Amino acid sequence: MNGNFSVFDISGRAMSAQLVRLNTTASNLANAGTTAGSEAGAYRSLKPVFRTVMDGQGRATVQIDQVTTSKMAPSKRHDPSNPLADQDGNVWEAAVDSAAELVEMVETARQYQNNVQVLETAKGLINETLRMGQ
Amino acid sequence: MMASEKLFGLHATALQLRSQRMMMLASNIANAATPNYKARDLDFSKALDLAQQGGSTEGAISYRVPVQASLDGNTVEMATEQTAFAENALAYRSSLSFLSGRVNTLTRAIKGE
Repeated sequence: MNGNFSVFDISGRAMSAQLVRLNTTASNLANAGTTAGSEAGAYRSLKPVFRTVMDGQGRATVQIDQVTTSKMAPSKRHDPSNPLADQDGNVWEAAVDSAAELVEMVETARQYQNNVQVLETAKGLINETLRMGQ
Repeated sequence: MMASEKLFGLHATALQLRSQRMMMLASNIANAATPNYKARDLDFSKALDLAQQGGSTEGAISYRVPVQASLDGNTVEMATEQTAFAENALAYRSSLSFLSGRVNTLTRAIKGE
């Protein structure tokens, strides 16, 4: 499975992992504030788990091991006027911490940019090497 | 190997090691968000010494000591990695221009200009 990673493998895979992270953040933010008629049916925020993948040469890239749901419990709110409310008049709000998700989003974007920068620099150097002596 | 050593001197080995170090730094930057990832780096001058003695450069690789440890066990510090990456890219480019100059000199000598 792991041959020798090129810089394109390393940064490329890291970028797709960061993209999965950004997608989960987008899902979480989109579902923030949604309500459900039962605790089990309420939305729980998604969290990707990153894992290092090594090759034989001491190089490493990253991949998404799994996407887990957060252990944070949905909050119960008494709101009998809500059409989704159960017979006691309770609804459950999605377990999403909007502030934490926003921080996560900014961090993901920065790390994605870092990988793009690495790729650009490496590509430039490889191109220069190809033109050596011309 | 010996012929290229005579033609290009130290710079051929230096370029190879710079490329290896670039990969390691790229790995660190790629794993900036992976829990328990330990950043590694290549000590360039040590690696060059080892390579000149014809040995493996494995002995020049070491784990980075973080300035401030993070709770998730990750030892990648973006500022350190980015500085090292920029410095390494510049050094790669200078090795490359030495090599380029050498190739140009040889080409001119062959053509008899």
